[in-house]
Amino acid sequence: MEELILLGHGSGGGLSHELIENVFAASFANPLLLPLEDASLFPSPGERLAFTTDSYVVQPLFFPGGDIGRLAICGTVNDLSMRGAAPLYLSASFIIEEGLPVADLKRVVFSMAEAAAEAGVQIVCGDTKVVERGAADRLFITTSGIGVVRDGVDVSAQNARAGDAVILSGTIGDHGITILSQREGMQFRSGLESDAAPLNGLVAAMLAESTGVRAMRDPTRGGLATTLNEIAGSSHAGIEIEEGKIPVSEGVEWACEMLGLDPLYLANEGKLVAIVPAEDADRIVKAMRSTRYGANAVLIGRVTDEHPGRVILRTRFGIKRIIDVLASDQFPRIC
Amino acid sequence: MRVTESFRSPELVEKLKERIAAISRTPIRIMEFCGTHTHAVCRYGIREMVPRTVEMLSGPGCPVCVTDVRSLDYAMALSMVPGAIIATFGDLLKIPGSRGTLQHARARGARVEMVYSPLDALKLARRNPGNSIIFLGIGFETTAPTVAASIVQAEKEEIKNFYVYSMHKITPPAMRAILDAGEVALGGILCPGHVSTVTGWKAWQFLSDVYHIPSAVAGFEPVDVLLAVAELVEQHERGTARVVNAYPRSVTAEGNRAARETMARVFDVGPAPWRGLGTIPDSGLSINEEYAAFDAEKRFPVDPGETIEPKGCHCGEVIRGVMTPGACPLFRKSCTPMNPIGPCMVSSEGTCAAYYLYG
Repeated sequence: MEELILLGHGSGGGLSHELIENVFAASFANPLLLPLEDASLFPSPGERLAFTTDSYVVQPLFFPGGDIGRLAICGTVNDLSMRGAAPLYLSASFIIEEGLPVADLKRVVFSMAEAAAEAGVQIVCGDTKVVERGAADRLFITTSGIGVVRDGVDVSAQNARAGDAVILSGTIGDHGITILSQREGMQFRSGLESDAAPLNGLVAAMLAESTGVRAMRDPTRGGLATTLNEIAGSSHAGIEIEEGKIPVSEGVEWACEMLGLDPLYLANEGKLVAIVPAEDADRIVKAMRSTRYGANAVLIGRVTDEHPGRVILRTRFGIKRIIDVLASDQFPRIC
Repeated sequence: MRVTESFRSPELVEKLKERIAAISRTPIRIMEFCGTHTHAVCRYGIREMVPRTVEMLSGPGCPVCVTDVRSLDYAMALSMVPGAIIATFGDLLKIPGSRGTLQHARARGARVEMVYSPLDALKLARRNPGNSIIFLGIGFETTAPTVAASIVQAEKEEIKNFYVYSMHKITPPAMRAILDAGEVALGGILCPGHVSTVTGWKAWQFLSDVYHIPSAVAGFEPVDVLLAVAELVEQHERGTARVVNAYPRSVTAEGNRAARETMARVFDVGPAPWRGLGTIPDSGLSINEEYAAFDAEKRFPVDPGETIEPKGCHCGEVIRGVMTPGACPLFRKSCTPMNPIGPCMVSSEGTCAAYYLYG
């Protein structure tokens, strides 16, 4: 009979301990976690710490290119990395709906362990709750993360200055379109896949090339357009990007055409946009291209003192238009 | 071949721009009747590509925008029917009726599901035999045939819990209404590309015969739109008034007969209320007697409540092409995509949404 998560697994008693031992501790094994104390202790890793948190409620739980677990690790690793921090320790909390197959939970947790190992981070504390059927949508995960920022590194969305270069680490729209097509059961035959990936290695390569990196953001919900607007707004600077330079995979392009969606507004889970001093741009792009997740890194635009706070796109036809933030979800055409 | 080649080729676009600039002498006002054209014209900056003599206007081409408030209220009332699951295209979720949107209804406990096609609604009906699945039918000749086909399919499979609330409309009567009203003097008409794949380009012959206006059926890529504009400008300069098919890769003279037959099998043509245009005779599609069992209006005669038009909203004038979004006092101020007052700002095919996003 298929093993299911029961309310008892969240009660704190024998079933809970079994779950923790067999599922979580088994995959997340590390010396900080394993004593299974109320808190994990470690010496302070540095002068300036970065701390972040995020919750993950994606449906479906499993999709081409990843799953909720991989997202939960990569998302938090990436948020730390976007401030120039080297990620070190993560927490992982689970709210599980009664009736979730244990096999699914194990699959998610295993994926988290894999992603954590790839990123070189440890999961050092966590929590599990089980709620009645209908009170949660299968599985919700919250991860928080601590990282350390080296001296001389100052990465902030407020730092963009006129003249700076705008770099994008790779193709956009992959995650967003994949999730959409999975959710609605569309059978696109183009092998769409989420790009979920830990970017701390990529960021380390960039910072090794130049500690002058001004700003970095990963364009998740709301897509590249929203992220660039956030940077432009925080920095009170204008940003201009070239449509022709923005890499979009053919599969994503066609899927967007069919559904009437704009890749600029689709979520990405393994990409970053960076604002760097113009004189360092070429070197940084080259360093990015030699890494696993930066192979398609490209210069896409520049920061300007014109139209502060606005993002302008120069289309392939030389027409300029304003790119605004995403108001709310995009819907495909009707007619 | 990538989408960006061929019909988005910057070289072809440049050539067409030059051609239009070379031949255009007298001012011409061109109106399009298709939400996707509105979107394409704004997205590709077509207005910036044509000389000042060419003015591009948007007409009533957005199916959501031309849906009147009372119909939306009826849909909201349907969502409160016990056991009902409303299946709708995404755009309708956010259009304000007299008392909120379908999203509000969902937050208050109504079951509202977004679907991409009526066939998805049919799937819902099969999977939820204890519920009444009500599909909100909006759209013109492009969409109505698939809705008709889903009703025919439901009958074939003896599905007893599938209903359609038809707010479908057809395009030619709206064109006639705009031209008869004479509020805007039009020199050329861009005919809707997707609608024409169903109707055939001969459906627009009345524009030549009755109104003596040149028309061109256009596709949706920049090259498509500019080709059609070039054709209209040329005819305008020569004083001719022919229908030209500038979208031959998708549109034929006769169109899709099977689609039209399916529509005729299920729907009757009758008067319909259009936001901004009032009631237009022979412009709406209602489910006929034979398929009455699938008609949500007959099965669930609900009370839509008092109709309250959104205050200060000028969507009606925008839909008729007598006001551009920029001229509306609410545009970008109290009416934005995040806080829309009327449908023109909400729908992805709405004129105001296109101007806001791309203007």
